Amino acid sequence: MSTSGGMCDVSFSVNGATRTVRVYPMERLLDVLRNQLGFTGAKEGCGEGECGSCSVLMDGELVNSCLVPALQANGAQIVTIEGLAEGPRLHTLQKAFLDCGGAQCGICTPGMILASYYLLMRKPSPTVEDIREALSGNLCRCTGYMQIFESVAEAAKQSQTGK
Amino acid sequence: MKSNNIVGASVPRKEGRDKVTGKAVYIDDMSMPGMLHGATVRSSVPRARITGITLGSGVAWDEFVIVYAKDIPGKNCIALITEEQPCLADGVVNHPEEPILLLAHPNRHLLFKAMQAVQIEYEPLPAVFTIDDSERQDPIIWGTDNVFKRFLIEKGDVDSVWSKADYIIESEYTTGAQEQLYIENNGVIASFDADTGLTLWGSLQCPYYVHRALKTLCGLPEHKVRVVQTETGGAFGGKEEYPSIIAGHAALLAMKSGRPVKIIYDRMEDMAATTKRHPSRTRHRTAVSRDGKILGGEIEFVIDGGAYTTLSPVVLSRGTIHAGGPYHWPNIRIRAKAVATNAPPHGAFRGFGAPQSLFAMERHMDRIAATVGISPVEVRQRNFLRPGQSTTTDQIIDEPIDLDRLLGRGLDLADYEAKRRQFSVQNKSSRLKRGIGVATFLHGAGFTGSGERYLASEVALEGCADGTVRILVSSTEFGQGTNTVLCQVAAETLGLPYEDVAIAPPDTSNVPNSGPTVASRTVMVVGKLVQSAAEGLRQTLLASGLAAGYSRQQFRDACSKYVAEHGALKSWAKYQAPPGVFWDDEKYRGEAYAAYSWAVYIAQVAVDLSTYSVTVEDFVALQEVGKVLHPLLSRGQITGGVAQGIGYALYEKVAWEKGRMQNGQMTNYIMPTSADLPDIRVYFEELGNEHGAFGAKGIGELPMDGPAPAIVNAVEDALGIPFNSVPLLPEDIFSAVSAAESSASQELPQGVR
Repeated sequence: MSTSGGMCDVSFSVNGATRTVRVYPMERLLDVLRNQLGFTGAKEGCGEGECGSCSVLMDGELVNSCLVPALQANGAQIVTIEGLAEGPRLHTLQKAFLDCGGAQCGICTPGMILASYYLLMRKPSPTVEDIREALSGNLCRCTGYMQIFESVAEAAKQSQTGK
Repeated sequence: MKSNNIVGASVPRKEGRDKVTGKAVYIDDMSMPGMLHGATVRSSVPRARITGITLGSGVAWDEFVIVYAKDIPGKNCIALITEEQPCLADGVVNHPEEPILLLAHPNRHLLFKAMQAVQIEYEPLPAVFTIDDSERQDPIIWGTDNVFKRFLIEKGDVDSVWSKADYIIESEYTTGAQEQLYIENNGVIASFDADTGLTLWGSLQCPYYVHRALKTLCGLPEHKVRVVQTETGGAFGGKEEYPSIIAGHAALLAMKSGRPVKIIYDRMEDMAATTKRHPSRTRHRTAVSRDGKILGGEIEFVIDGGAYTTLSPVVLSRGTIHAGGPYHWPNIRIRAKAVATNAPPHGAFRGFGAPQSLFAMERHMDRIAATVGISPVEVRQRNFLRPGQSTTTDQIIDEPIDLDRLLGRGLDLADYEAKRRQFSVQNKSSRLKRGIGVATFLHGAGFTGSGERYLASEVALEGCADGTVRILVSSTEFGQGTNTVLCQVAAETLGLPYEDVAIAPPDTSNVPNSGPTVASRTVMVVGKLVQSAAEGLRQTLLASGLAAGYSRQQFRDACSKYVAEHGALKSWAKYQAPPGVFWDDEKYRGEAYAAYSWAVYIAQVAVDLSTYSVTVEDFVALQEVGKVLHPLLSRGQITGGVAQGIGYALYEKVAWEKGRMQNGQMTNYIMPTSADLPDIRVYFEELGNEHGAFGAKGIGELPMDGPAPAIVNAVEDALGIPFNSVPLLPEDIFSAVSAAESSASQELPQGVR
């Protein structure tokens, strides 16, 4: 890590590829991802860690990227929504959100899918209560959540049956 | 025409793939070379004369673009129903957060510092903040009487009913403001070029509303203004009229600087400065017979419009027409008004006045039941509108709706009777008090009265050179499913696969004005026009040689051939009012809406007397909405609306201080999370509708109307205490329960406590 003019270089991997960016240490990871690296899938809904629209995975943990200083991401492995699909092939969760009506306006969807991904990583067969709990840090104003729960349950089922 | 069963099937959302992969481009995801960031300096006081504006020291002001009211090239207004709301305050401010001047700079972070350095000097003027204050007319802050608009509906002879009544039941009901809380804040980018004119990209519902406002503000001719809707992250009415303001601001900065300008609100600015649902006060006075039949009544409905007229007259209109609910009123007088206060203008929000007046009506029905000594179910059954009877505006119900049957089905689904009995026993020995409440209601689809005739919406279908078809409409997608459903309608009509029909981006330089995307009108009204234009396109190709019973490939070939030979293939349709529809704008009588959706919502709640919090444990939403064109999207509309309605009832309170929202953050303005909601159970009945595409009616707003009264009725059932206001928070319940306990203990003889 080198510094100059109050800025510093930080390196981290995004969806498997290493990136080095010059940032102010306290710049928000969200802004770095969106404005410097073009990962605009993470959205700003509130800027204070309430809505979860900016969720990304950092070293396997679900974080609100609006609350993470860029410096803290140095050396980390970041996964964003752009990293889930393999080429044209959607991730099971993405397909389930599409099939089950889990996305309406779509602004919470990237964060919601990453929060669901984080849940299924830890708990491949969650109950509805598990899903409700796991997604309670991700606000959705469109769906009333029902079809999001169904999307996650469907993805879990698909993953279990290996389809 | 062959049917390929696209309508009625849950086909994939057109833009869904982009949304689940993060590729969908929202306004804040866009950037342009040389782009500046814009910001708005706003009033810190509710009402005042501006006596000075000073640009403070410590800022390199020559790097900034600054726009004052005097720099506006056209008329300083936000053109909507009236032109009285200034785009930038000129000498006077009438509400907190009123825009005064605009700044732009390439570095977003420097803007904040600069805004802090602008000093505005005010000479304060007296202000009003509530409906009651406004009615006292001291001071007058708008016009001659603080009233933006009045309506009077009269039917029968209400003055004759009081002497015949066994009961005269009076009560007052109030509802609070509610923030739309789309997760994507308001945002736009404007770009100006002297030759091509002004282009505005933004998160918005109504491209042609913005188009009109920009023409007026910027003094540009029609063809020099272009408005493009970008992917929109939720709207709910909150992006109906407000985008004209933020668009105006970005446009002024872009015109002055000659560079593209982006303005994106942060959450606090969006919450504090933009519109919310109108607070309301409704007074009912009802004459009722011994057996619970309504003989007649008076309703006084008042909404708080905030500081400028904006859409308040139209919100008031819908609220007024819905004030009588789905009941037969032989005699009624409804007086309604929208009053001015020194708060930011309240505006469109899903339901548009109806949730307010229907909350009052549905609470009042339970009050009537309690007074007469019958059940909430019986009082509704005895007063339901039936086919052949007329609404408060004298509209004859000509659809075969059977509300008794609908209610019966709802009660069965909720297991209402058994639960009511069960709770009345269990509640006696528990700190957890359960209750179950019903709301029955209707929602008119489309613009009110002659509104659709004035709008005269147009749509077009375009056959493309590759043989596919594109829909050209200004109707916008913001999550509800416009793109998908309109493509279904066109594909079904044309006998083509869903994949062969696309929707063009809503860009005013390319699509006709199919009206605003509001009022539950898109599927019913615009959908019907799309159906008609699709039929026109089909007929054109049949006339040019396409064989009846054509295959997909034959259609494609015929379409390509037509385009090659004629240069283009376009089919247009324009709204025409159905014959025999009568509406009197003066007397407010006649066919208020082309169709109504009908619903029975039943909420089960548990009130915890340790925390005084209310949990909704079960929710049945049963509705008749004509034909359900897309089951998955339709159900999603209902669950989403019910969730917003639960928030309206139990969580979402705007804390006001002198006209300014104090809790403009998601940490302290609380909307329901995934952990707060019950299983929302959704059921449909489908009667069809001759006025809508393939029999559809409106659906988007309906689910906002029922939850609040159903929940508060359930709380009364649980506690035996009537509450007449929403939001109903734990502290309200605590106060009422404490008061009831202390008055009960005072009534008891000594020693019985």
